[in-house]
Amino acid sequence: MAQKLEIFPVTRVEGHGKVTIYLNDAGEVEKTYFHVTQVRGFEKFCEGRVFWEMPVITQRACGICPVSHHLASAKATDKLLGVEIPPTAKKLRELMHMGQIVQSHSLHFFHLASPDLLFGMDADPKIRNVVGVVEKHPDLALRGVKLRKYGQEVIKILGGKRIHPRFAIPGGVSKGLSVEERDSLLKDIDWVISELKDTVKLIRNLAEEWGDKFRNFASFPSLYMGLVDEKGNLDLYHGKIRLCDYRGKIIDEFSEDNYLEKIGEWVEPWSYMKFPFYKDFGYPEGSYRVGPLGRINCCDDISTPLAKEELKIFRDMIGSRVAEGSLFYHYARMIEALHAAEKLKELLEDPDITGTELRAVSRDFNPEGVGVLEAPRGTLIHHYKINESGEIIKANLIVATVNNNNAMNKAVELVAKEYIKGPDVKEGFLNMVEVAIRCYDPCLSCATHALGKMPLEILIYDSEGNGLRKLVRDL
Amino acid sequence: MAKVKIASTWLECCSGCHMSLLDLDEKLVELLSKIEFDASPITDIKEFHPVDVGIVEGSVGNEEQLEVLKKIRENSKILIALGDCACFGGIPAMRNFFKKEDVLKRVYIETESTVNPKKTIPHVDVPELFPAVKPIDQFVKVDVYIPGCPPDPRAIEYALKELLEGRIPVIPTELLSYE
Ligand code: SF4
Repeated sequence: MAQKLEIFPVTRVEGHGKVTIYLNDAGEVEKTYFHVTQVRGFEKFCEGRVFWEMPVITQRACGICPVSHHLASAKATDKLLGVEIPPTAKKLRELMHMGQIVQSHSLHFFHLASPDLLFGMDADPKIRNVVGVVEKHPDLALRGVKLRKYGQEVIKILGGKRIHPRFAIPGGVSKGLSVEERDSLLKDIDWVISELKDTVKLIRNLAEEWGDKFRNFASFPSLYMGLVDEKGNLDLYHGKIRLCDYRGKIIDEFSEDNYLEKIGEWVEPWSYMKFPFYKDFGYPEGSYRVGPLGRINCCDDISTPLAKEELKIFRDMIGSRVAEGSLFYHYARMIEALHAAEKLKELLEDPDITGTELRAVSRDFNPEGVGVLEAPRGTLIHHYKINESGEIIKANLIVATVNNNNAMNKAVELVAKEYIKGPDVKEGFLNMVEVAIRCYDPCLSCATHALGKMPLEILIYDSEGNGLRKLVRDL
Repeated sequence: MAKVKIASTWLECCSGCHMSLLDLDEKLVELLSKIEFDASPITDIKEFHPVDVGIVEGSVGNEEQLEVLKKIRENSKILIALGDCACFGGIPAMRNFFKKEDVLKRVYIETESTVNPKKTIPHVDVPELFPAVKPIDQFVKVDVYIPGCPPDPRAIEYALKELLEGRIPVIPTELLSYE
């Protein structure tokens, strides 16, 4: 008896992916694959470009968090120039990054993930989307729209446009922040902070209400990775890369300059997305998780007061240092958004922020440079090598979502095994598989920077690899 | 009045054009009283149904994208190419300067962080790449072009409003950007 079941594409994730599920003779799930079906080739086609074009080209890997690529790329080019950028430039870049975290985390929570949380994973797909949220919870939907708008405005004021801004340049930034611009951003920041505080409360209440269902959903032990500052606090913009284990024990801390000694990327024949792992532990044992939960699990503490308080509540709730359930990503994500908003305020109130020294001067090139930061979805690394005329000869990118590849596969497997019994699967159960993927807020546009993109499709095969039936999720 | 039905999809792209649509902010919420989204990355509707307007972001770089493009074309009365990638090929078309084999080799075998002892290039259950990335009008008829990387949200708003009025939009020059 052979059956085949397809969901195509996976929706409410950014990009294209597909899931394949193999059933054994008893109709139980035997093996699952989460494939990414696109690759674009940035690592190749950047060759021959001059290095100062990189912050502009590479941000086209992603329209959801272009600023992450823009800034990680600029950091790598600073290293090519061998310069420390002026404090004002540094703070302005960080300001833009915080705007990015607020917009991207809000986008994910309100526009993409909230329908599953508010209506239930098996709710009618007709309302289980952002339009449904607009109709049933207009206040909440509007809050999401406005929070995202604020983050996007920070980016626009600095970089001229909301998506693919031109702002960071090798050695600094192209424009300063005027006093009027600063004041216009300061005007709404308290509102942003208080709305995010309410949002954290909302997700916390949901976690409490759902109880074990929340806690145990796609829960598994793994390593976690994220940047921390010199005190071990959460740091989204710079710091050392920390890896910790499932008990929160620190396994390693290293600088981005050493990433090649520490991180490898495995290739599987069935996905265009690679599988990063910690080299000392090998593949797949060294697979780790990044993004909001990775960072919240790794950090000792958070420097801003409201997020700090929330981290404490979070850890008390889970009763340990490390949360393993995938749904906790949503909670961690909103704690981070709150932190980013607090940080925005801190930066806007810093007198340096309206400074006018924006660029460092360099007279010489270094042949190689690595830039790292915490993109909304996780640790992002850009690495370039150039020749004497400043042309890129090698570019290597490890993007946030790729780091979670193994984790998303694991989450899919756990949920499929728990909820899918035989080929006759209800739409709501299939959505659970997608919910598991959505926790990671995968940005498959980024992830497939290498070549492609990802619609999600679910296929179920019998043990001989035969597929029979196509079940497309449809209305 | 029945709502105008819209379907949208993304092909080889960065999602930025769809984000620019979301950048209409509150205006998009207002527009929702007049338009209805069918299959789209932001709804859970997976299959295309007949709609008034189809919106395509991104260029075509593999077989799967071409199939999706054909399906949305068949189902749309009016098809919009949204953004530089869909209109002209955009950044993804930078790979046309290289042989596809060289691109795959660089990405999956040569990159500094890759550990690939068997020199595997993904090929199972993933669509094969076309030798070149092309804009969508190389494959299907396009009715409206909105260039920009991404297009300004105001250009998208203008186009949607014209379509709601039953006119084929001609985007005013000041809302166009070529990047
Ligand atoms: S046109 Fe620009 S914003 Fe739109 S998909 Fe292409 S790269 Fe992204």
